[in-house]
Amino acid sequence: MNAPRTMLDKLWTSHEILQREDGVSLLWVDRHLVHEGSHHAFAKLQERGLLVAEPDLTFAVMDHYAPTRDRGRVSDPKIVRMIETLRANAARNDLRIFDLDDPAQGIVHVVGPELGLTLPGLLINCGDSHTSTHGAFGALAFGIGATEVAHVLATQTIWQRKPKAMRITVEGRLGHGVTAKDIALNWIARLGTGGAQGHAVEYAGSTIRELSMEGRMTLCNLSIEGGARFGMVAPDEVTFTYLHGRAHSPKGVTWEKSIEDWRELATDEGAGFDREVTFDAADIAPTVTWGTSPEQALPVTELIPDPCQADPAKANAVRDALEYMGLTAGRPLDGTPVDQVFIGSCTNGRIEDLREAAAVLAGRRAKVPGLVAPGSAQVKVQAESEGLDRIFVEAGLEWTASGCSMCVGMNGDIVGEGKRCASSTNRNFRGRQGRGARTHLMSPAMVAAAAVTGTITDVRPFLKGIAT
Amino acid sequence: MEGWTTHTGRALALAIDNIDTDQLIPARFMSIPRSEGYGPYLLHDMRRDINEQLLPDFPLNRHDGFSILVAGRNFGSGSSREAAVYALIDAGVRVVVAPSFGDIFSNNAVNNGLLPARVSAEVAGKLSNTLGDGTAEMSIDLTNGMLTLDDIAEAFELDESWRVKLINGWDDIDLTRRHIPKITKFKGNRSQTAPWAWPAAAD
Ligand code: SF4
Repeated sequence: MNAPRTMLDKLWTSHEILQREDGVSLLWVDRHLVHEGSHHAFAKLQERGLLVAEPDLTFAVMDHYAPTRDRGRVSDPKIVRMIETLRANAARNDLRIFDLDDPAQGIVHVVGPELGLTLPGLLINCGDSHTSTHGAFGALAFGIGATEVAHVLATQTIWQRKPKAMRITVEGRLGHGVTAKDIALNWIARLGTGGAQGHAVEYAGSTIRELSMEGRMTLCNLSIEGGARFGMVAPDEVTFTYLHGRAHSPKGVTWEKSIEDWRELATDEGAGFDREVTFDAADIAPTVTWGTSPEQALPVTELIPDPCQADPAKANAVRDALEYMGLTAGRPLDGTPVDQVFIGSCTNGRIEDLREAAAVLAGRRAKVPGLVAPGSAQVKVQAESEGLDRIFVEAGLEWTASGCSMCVGMNGDIVGEGKRCASSTNRNFRGRQGRGARTHLMSPAMVAAAAVTGTITDVRPFLKGIAT
Repeated sequence: MEGWTTHTGRALALAIDNIDTDQLIPARFMSIPRSEGYGPYLLHDMRRDINEQLLPDFPLNRHDGFSILVAGRNFGSGSSREAAVYALIDAGVRVVVAPSFGDIFSNNAVNNGLLPARVSAEVAGKLSNTLGDGTAEMSIDLTNGMLTLDDIAEAFELDESWRVKLINGWDDIDLTRRHIPKITKFKGNRSQTAPWAWPAAAD
């Protein structure tokens, strides 16, 4: 009998072309996704007079700079240049591009799964740290920098040392109003932003198996905020049902074979992990960040932390964060006034996220302005067919075209200096949403509740009578 | 990329934890072509006030000519933006010493000849205290994995493959292209054993 293997072991072996003496492996890349920010890599390729090695496995997506309003008339010359550059690079290399007006356009990590380009058993690279999202399907998916992007473009391979294996197990039923976002913010708060550095995280346990694909993607997406370049969930019926019939999913006999192969990917009973952590779903509450690092998060029912009572190693960080965030130690988090809200991003811009937010906003008015940017053009169409757009607009929020939008502010959707934003995104770094912007990360339902009260607030009372 | 084995330069303490890639280079500068140089944007919003004036107290504004930074825990966490490394390199930084680094940042650093030297939190603290608000000459020996500052001599940690790469200034694309026959063979096998790994044509 062979020794039991982890899903990471299996994915690794099936992509390893060779291993150097120093233990670094050359891996085959099944899918390479590029976006406007990949211009440095294309420039490197062109300097060498090379073309993309495998154009059929390379897909270009317009997302980071995608205007969310009035797409036909972009006025900022910097944004025009980014868009034009990606178009030119895609054309020169004969790549399929999901351009601004394409019905399949959207954020790269939303589009890949939605089109069946993301599949179990694949190795997926993208020059973006949230590539870990695709691991939700049981894929080996990780973000890379520009030099590595150029390497993948030129060779369809990547050099990589195998990470250590870590398993985060969550057992039990999540409380009402508690989502995958809360599972993620909770573990990062407990283990720290460097908590999983050097590891590939596999999420397991009954709570994870109960999550939809959208929830699993949210969870894997945030792995990088805990320092892990990889997040993954074993593929199961939920995965197969999600993928069946998607535009680029395998079809016919190949589909049958793929399911057989994918069932083999799950970690074998008894396989060893370098690190194991277990959480009880019942202990997880709706969670909000109060600081400028994703680890600075607490249940919404808690008080804003006091630097004097913090771990001495982190006291300065707490003090600096509170100063930047304009918060007072010891006050309840619940009730902190916000200036605006944002719902969207590759973390929480999918249809299920919009449904959860709309469930809270239905028949209510927002006290503060806000933006809802669907994760893709397909999500937008779907949401509109369900009437979610009307709920957002009637609540007083703006419903826009799809893209990264206010998650990173590259397209001009930014939060003003000193303004406080309740946001369904993934990074509360200083200035992430705009210079001086104060970001509080939370689930889309929590953002919706913040919109209604104009303050950070516990969403649970809003959900009475709503099944989630 | 040029290889190197030793470096001696002025070291500066930037004893702040979690300096993320959004701090190292804010997103709004990332559409600029590299040929224009990213140095002026390094830690832009930490260095300058809202009116673009340099903040006199910020360590990087007190001194010129430093090439080594002694930083806090989790340096370069966050996004994969290699521009964070370009900003450091273009500002003349060759080495960052810290207790831990973002995984993707370290990869990007080594790909650009920048050394991410890992030391314990105690050693980082000792170096920062010695440097205080000033700068001092530090020497880095890549071959032996040692750094020296005054009478402090400490080993730093670095993945062996990264050490070799920094010393040789290797370019991965050239290295990989030597393996093309193996890659081609692998691709052939994979298309047989995992035909589903190629995207099906959309209907
Ligand atoms: S939505 Fe935000 S985190 Fe996701 S890819 Fe876009 S900018 Fe990056």
